[in-house]
Amino acid sequence: MNAIAIFYGRLRECAGAERRSIALAAPVDLDAFRALVATDDPDLRDALSAPAVRIAVNDVLSPRGAEIIVRPGDEIAFMPPFSGG
Amino acid sequence: MIRVEAAPFDPEAELAAFRAAQAPAGAIASFLGCVRGGGTEALILEHHPVLTAQAIHSFADGARQRFELLGLLIIHRFGRLAPAEPIVLVAAAALHRRPALQAVDYLMDLLKTEAPFWKREALSNEERWIEPHQADYAARDRWTAPIEEKTP
Repeated sequence: MNAIAIFYGRLRECAGAERRSIALAAPVDLDAFRALVATDDPDLRDALSAPAVRIAVNDVLSPRGAEIIVRPGDEIAFMPPFSGG
Repeated sequence: MIRVEAAPFDPEAELAAFRAAQAPAGAIASFLGCVRGGGTEALILEHHPVLTAQAIHSFADGARQRFELLGLLIIHRFGRLAPAEPIVLVAAAALHRRPALQAVDYLMDLLKTEAPFWKREALSNEERWIEPHQADYAARDRWTAPIEEKTP
């Protein structure tokens, strides 16, 4: 089964795509998921790991610093700092 | 009323309709944010299909808890906007001026820093992402004090 990484804002430019589908057999923590998402791209891995990046799991915003487990079938949104108004 | 939409809106018509629906209000405060001119060809705003509207609803709930309000209007656009086009309209109605003014200030501070939007500016020869400044975060943090009793 797969988990989907979805990129917003400038992270989409870093990734060169709106989303990446990652084969996932078992739950992994967020660090491991980021490594799978950016396996061939250390710049993307750094960008996804920046402390200001917010994460949403299946359209639910995770609190800053929360421990996140990614399960097969999940959609993980990577969101750079918000900038509305 | 809260709307997150791609279509342009007419701020004067929206405010007139809002005012007409707020009969007992003695005070209506509003803020209109527009795309700056001066070299910008367009402002491109992205949003999250679920989280953006959800976040704005939660800001509105927060404003209603903090301030004695009669009504709220928040319209925020996404998509490609030309210079001078309205981006965001926030209006608050209250019996007296202070809660109305403060609610608008509060909501704009949260919209700037906590609403899932991403914007980039298209200049004549490049595009660049715009992120909040430290001053925007400092403005937001003014509101993190505990909620005080509402004063009538």
